This record gives sequence, structure tokens and C-alpha cells, in this order.
Amino acid sequence: MALLEVKNLSKSFGGLHAVREVSFCVERGTIHGIIGPNGAGKTTLFNCIAGSIRPLSGGTIVFDNQPIHSCASHEIARYGIARTFQTIKLFPRMTVLENVMIGCHTRSRGSILSGMFSLPSTRAVERSIRNAAMEELAIAGIADLAASDAQQLSFGQQRSVELARALSLKPQLLLLDEPASGLTMHEIDRMGELIGRLRNSGITVLIVEHDMSLIMTICDRLLALSSGRTIAEGTPHEVQTHPEVIRVYLGGR
Amino acid sequence: MAASIIAIQVATTMTGSEFLLTQLIMAAWYSLVVVGLCLLMGYAGQISLGHAAFFAIGGYTTAVLSTVNLLPLKNALPLKMLASLGLTKGGTDPWGCEVLHLSPWISLLAAVTASAIVAYGIGIPILRLKGHYLAMATLGVGIITYRIALGTPLLGAADGLSDVPPFPFFAGLALDGTRAHRLFSYYFSWSIVLIVMLLLVNLIGSQAGRALRAIHGNEAAAQAMGVDTARYKLHLFALSAIIAAIAGVFMTHYSGGIGPAETSVMKSVRYVAIVAVGGMANVWGALIAGTILNFLSLRGFFGTYDDAVFGAVLIVMMLFAPNGMVMRKKS
Amino acid sequence: MSIPLFLQYLFSGITSGSIYAIIAIGFNIIYNTTGIINFVQGEFAMLGGMTAISFSRFMPLPAAIACAVAVTAITGGLLEFIFIRPLRNPTVIQMIIVTIGLSILIREFALHIWDEKVHSLPYFTGNEISSIRVFGAYLSPQVLWVLGICAFLVIGLGLFFAHTAAGRAMRACSADSIGATLCGINTRNMVTMSFMISASIGALAGCVVSPITQTTYDCGMPLAVKGFTVAIIGGLGNSTGAVAAGLLLGIVEAFCVAVMPMAYRDVVVIAILLMALSFKPSGLFGNSASHALKEF
Repeated sequence: MALLEVKNLSKSFGGLHAVREVSFCVERGTIHGIIGPNGAGKTTLFNCIAGSIRPLSGGTIVFDNQPIHSCASHEIARYGIARTFQTIKLFPRMTVLENVMIGCHTRSRGSILSGMFSLPSTRAVERSIRNAAMEELAIAGIADLAASDAQQLSFGQQRSVELARALSLKPQLLLLDEPASGLTMHEIDRMGELIGRLRNSGITVLIVEHDMSLIMTICDRLLALSSGRTIAEGTPHEVQTHPEVIRVYLGGR
Repeated sequence: MAASIIAIQVATTMTGSEFLLTQLIMAAWYSLVVVGLCLLMGYAGQISLGHAAFFAIGGYTTAVLSTVNLLPLKNALPLKMLASLGLTKGGTDPWGCEVLHLSPWISLLAAVTASAIVAYGIGIPILRLKGHYLAMATLGVGIITYRIALGTPLLGAADGLSDVPPFPFFAGLALDGTRAHRLFSYYFSWSIVLIVMLLLVNLIGSQAGRALRAIHGNEAAAQAMGVDTARYKLHLFALSAIIAAIAGVFMTHYSGGIGPAETSVMKSVRYVAIVAVGGMANVWGALIAGTILNFLSLRGFFGTYDDAVFGAVLIVMMLFAPNGMVMRKKS
Repeated sequence: MSIPLFLQYLFSGITSGSIYAIIAIGFNIIYNTTGIINFVQGEFAMLGGMTAISFSRFMPLPAAIACAVAVTAITGGLLEFIFIRPLRNPTVIQMIIVTIGLSILIREFALHIWDEKVHSLPYFTGNEISSIRVFGAYLSPQVLWVLGICAFLVIGLGLFFAHTAAGRAMRACSADSIGATLCGINTRNMVTMSFMISASIGALAGCVVSPITQTTYDCGMPLAVKGFTVAIIGGLGNSTGAVAAGLLLGIVEAFCVAVMPMAYRDVVVIAILLMALSFKPSGLFGNSASHALKEF
């Protein structure tokens, strides 16, 4: 049973058909890539899976045997899907540590009532969240940035924080939205290694990306979109040599 | 903070200006509303242009329930139960007729419940809105309460309700406008403020408080991290409403009455102006600003320009210091 | 209900509805060019009426109205120039607070310049008791003035936006401000112009309705709220929708008086606003898909 099954997903905005009848499966423990020219519908598809676009115009999404096509994004997060954003969405006016602690939010109820009365049990939960967040930062290699203001960091550092935050959810499926954008060649290589390590530790990764070198190197399977439709699916080599893909990207004969 | 409260009181005694305590007491209640609103606007980023409505819901509920004569229902079971708990008060009214009133403790409970019901009731549809739509919707709520208060005979119409009894405590102490109880009222009011501030500071530093700040910072990202933003916004809205209602209850018993002016748009706008001055995300700043501005306003410092001052404050704040004037201590 | 009484309510509703529609169009013009909801819109109507009343003491009525409209237009432009332009990347809350603060200041300013009493312009033709009989209902000729001027404004604005260079430039700004700048349109002046236009039509509306509803220093806020309600119901930014919604709201409001105490009339209007916001914020004629993409 595939971890994520997307069947006939469609989403239209008024007259604009952003995604048309896209179907694919993501197997556990793989890195699955989505590519396509601008306007192909990659981001829309991505956001449909992540839950930020609702309702869908058609189709179903099943994650770990759980239908999620009508779930809101916070519910989807609780089911075990974490995501990063193409334009980094760190929380301003909060430290790096606090940002990652939000990633640990789902570990406890965190009700307003319990927040007001600082009971020993509440404080214990808070301590455990803080420790878990510090651990994540350590794993990501940025523990020294814990007290920094999230907005003061460099772009590459912000990307690391966002990734650490997403990983704090302990997700089964990690959705990465153009993780290479804005990174130097060297940083892209390191990103590729990092994603590979994540996959080896058991996390399934679905990645939307423009940077072909990254995609071709790390992905196990690819999905190519154009104008909202699937034009090719398979291993990177298969997709790379698919005539339709070549036509769309290079405009060949 | 407790120290400064005591210091102020001692200072007024020594300078023979104990009458100032009266305005300080009233300023305490209004500042309570401001602090609750500050939480809503600064930490959850939800603007409310109708918060005076909740103050009024609290005030009117307690006024109605503690002045309505329940003598005809004297033998009904609920009343008998309340009477055995000492929660009703018999007596005679100025015309010599026997009356039976509910204790203000019951009406306090009812007021809190009423404001919670209204807050959840309108919160569910309205909190989905953003920006201008939310502002207008809350403004609309404020106007509706104003019109209902103004136009309903049961609520005293334009004259409001008066003859609201004092709020009784143990050992003969009560919250009312008399000089005998002024000292008690002063300490009581500011103790309530202190308690609420404590709870709110706890909240801000807690997991829920962090979630609220995240929602304000970037709602989409917060949701992606599993924060149920709708639920948090709703509960926070209700919390700030309940705080405002409690302030309304105590203010009403203190001054012995309430009128439709307490729910006017200008009052709501004032609360927003004070939050803007104190710093949107700074409850201590809001408290300080609230105390000072309300005190000055109540003392008549601004004369006929009272409303204009608050309007000017709004503009000046937004143009020059959008994050408030009182600097937040780095936590 | 008898036919004359029905017609009486109907015309009363159409009259007030037209005014609400004009205020709503004023909202729409500023919203379209800037994305701001301008809470001062109601005060423009109040200012127009009050200044016209003052001017009419020593000028013939048409001149007084023309001057009042001009003064209000200039005020609108100045407000934008002094208070709105300096704001850099304002948040929604900031914009709301600034415009509310401005409307309060203007209101208090009016209170201190004039007074808290009720004033009104003289009837344009005839006086309080002249009336025209229409199918058994008695109408003041002022009602015809209101309808006429509102229709004139709606048609005039339509022509302005469609056929003049300035109008087209403003539409370009609202569609795509960056693109408009690239075409050499000075968007910031367009914003000021939109404020001035909204102020003038608001002022004219305030003048023409003054004999019927009287003008006080605080009559601006209720107008603003109702105007905004109409703008929302008609679809924010959609001026034909505003006209239809305005008439609808005016009529509903008028007939409310027939079935409930007058004091609750505003409650009904606001309740309609709240329901509109809760269930269909894109308005009766709006498009919910495009609405979801709007920033506010």
C-alpha cells in the first residue's frame, strides 16, 4: 500500500483549470519529485495535498489509508505530513527556538485554559517541548542559533530552521516546496545529501523543484506536469527521455 | 506591581486626595477590558471594534438580574434552593413593597455565561473573516448592542438601569460607590486586575500563547504545523469577552448603574486606541496606558475634546509608532 | 397595507437606498484604487451637508452646494496626502485604525466648528410641505432631486471611467498598479484623485439628502456603516452591484418600520451586514473565487 495515493485530483479557480485529473502514488521510503514548467500546476497540486487549498474540484487523496482530501491543513499535520514553504514562512518576532517549538505543538493539547494556570503538569510538558526543539536544532546543526531572532538570519540559515521546524512534527511524509531556490550550488549539494539522509532515516519525501541537478540526483521517481496534466511519470531517466517532456521543456519537434 | 498599587493609595491618603481613588477604581475596570483586547489584537491579531459590547453585556445582565423582583416566584424550586444557599436577598423597596432579589454573585455567573455564549455565537461565523471584513463585523456587533440597549424598555432604554445594589463580600464589605467602602473597592478592583494579568502573562508564556503568536505571525505556517487556528482564535475571543464582561459587572455594581453609552462605538474605539498606545502585543503597556488615559479622561482632563483626543491618538500612533509607545521588556 | 402606504414606504426606501448606493460607490472607488476601506466616507457626506448649509447663508443654493462639494473634495485630497500617503506598507489593522481615527477627528472637528444641533439645507424646489402625488402616495419633490442626482452620478461616473483618459488610468491602477506605473501613470496621484472623487460624490449625496433627513455632526458614521453594508452586499468594488444592493437595503430598511419599533431598524440593517459577511462576503454579485484571492 503506497503511503500517499492521489487519484484524479482536479482543482479549478473559476475558469482556470490549475490541476486536471492528476493521479500518482508515493511509496514509503522514497523521494518523489514533481517537475514542470512555470504554470504547470505544481504548486497548486502541492498545496492541495498539504491542505491549504480546499475544497478540491475533484479527486481523492489517501494518506496511510486515511482520506485527507477534505481535511484542513492542521489536521493533515497531525496525521503526519509536514511541509516547508517556497517563500520561507518563519514566524517573525519569535526566536529560532520558539519557531521550532511550534513544530512540536502537536505533541500536546496546548489549551488556553491550561496555559493560563501554570500547573506543574503544564510546565513539564513545556519543558519537554523545549528539549525536543533543542534536539531538532542540534540534529540540523544549528543549535547555536537557538536564541537568535528568526528574521535576522541569512537565507540559507532560515531554510535550515524551516526544515528543522517541519521535522519536529516527526512526519512520515515531508513535503518540500522548492527547497533549492535561493541556495548556492554548494548549499544545493548539501541539501541533496540532507534529503537523502532523511529518506534513509525512514521519512518519505515529496519535493517540488525547478533545479534539475538536484531532482535528477536524489529522486527515486518523478512526476512531470504541464498545464495541469500529467505528461510523464517514472524514474528520472524515463522522464528525462520522454518525448513529451522534451517537447514541453525544449519546444523541440 | 502590587507595590505600586499600595504606594499610590498611600500617596493619595497622605496628600488628602483620596477622592482620586474613585477614578482609579473605575480606571481599573476599564483597563481590564483594554488588557483583554490587547491580548486579542496583539497576540492573535484579531481586531475588535465592538468590544464595549461585551462590557455592556456583562453590566446589563448583572443589572437586570440583581434588580428584577422575583417575589411572585418566591415558591419556585430554583429560588428556594438559591435562598437556602443564602443567594437571594429579601427586603423592601423605597415604596415599602416587599421584594426578592437575586444575589449579585448569581448575576455575575449569568453575565459571564451570557458573554461567553454571545462570544462563541458570533465568533464562529465572524472569526473566519479577515482585515476590513472582521473590523466591520465587530463594529456591527457593537452597534447592534448599542441599539438594543438604547431601544429596549427592559434595559432602561436611553436612561439605562440604576439602583443596582452593591456587590456583597464577607464581613460586611461590599463593592459600591460609598466612601466607607472606597478603600476596599480600590484594593479589590486592583487585585482583580493583578490576578487577570497574572493569568494572561502565564498564557503568553505557555504553549498556547506561543501558538497564538504564531497565528499572528503567519497563520498559514501555523496551520501547517498543526495549530488549529480557528479554535484558538475563537477561545481567545471568548476569553477577552469574558474579561470585559467581568469588568462590566463590577463597574456596574460599583457605580450602581449602567447606560447605553457604555456600549457606544466611541467606547469601543477608545479601547482600541489605548491598546494601540500601549503596544499591540504588550499587556503591561496596555495596562499602563489604559490606567493613565482612562484616569485622565474620567477626571475630565480632556474636556469636550475627549473623543477627539482618542481619535488623534489613533492617528498619531499608527503614523509614528505602530508598535506602541511603551517598550516591551525583552522576554 | 394600502397601495398608497406601500408606495410611501417604497419611495422612502428608494430614496435612502440611492444615498447608500452613492456612499457605497465612494467606498468602491477608493477600494478599487488602493485596496483600503475608507471609514471617512460617511464623514464626507456630513461635511458636504454642513459646509453647504454654512455657505448657503450668504450664497445662492446652487453656488453653496458647488462650493461645499469643492471644499470636501479638497479635504479628501488633503487627508490622503497628509495621512495616507506617508504610510509605507501599512498593515490592514493600521489602515483601519488610521481611517477610523480620521473619521473621529473630523466628527469632533465638525462638532466644534458647528454645533451639536440639527441643521438642514433648504429644499431645492418648494418647501417642507410641497408634495407631488404619485398613485396616491405623497412625495416631496426633493425625493426626485435625490433620485435624479444619484442617477446622474452613477451614469456620470460610468462614463468617466469608461471614456476619459483619467478614468481609464484609474481603472488601470486598480487592475494592476505596477503595470500602470510602468505605463507612465502616476499611481500616487491617482490615489489622491480617487479620494477627491469619492469625497465629492459623498458630499453631493450629503447635500441632496439634507432637507429630508437633516444633517448633524455625527450623521456620518451611520451612513458609513450602511454604505459599507451595501458595498459588501453588492460585491466590494462592483458599482453596479452597489446600486442594486443599495436600493434593496433601502427598501428593506423602510419596510422594517412597518413591522417593528423604529429603534430596531438599525439592528436589522446590521444583522443583514453580519449575515452577508458570514455567508457570502463576496456579495450577491461577487465572484467567490476571485474574492478568495483578494488580500483583504
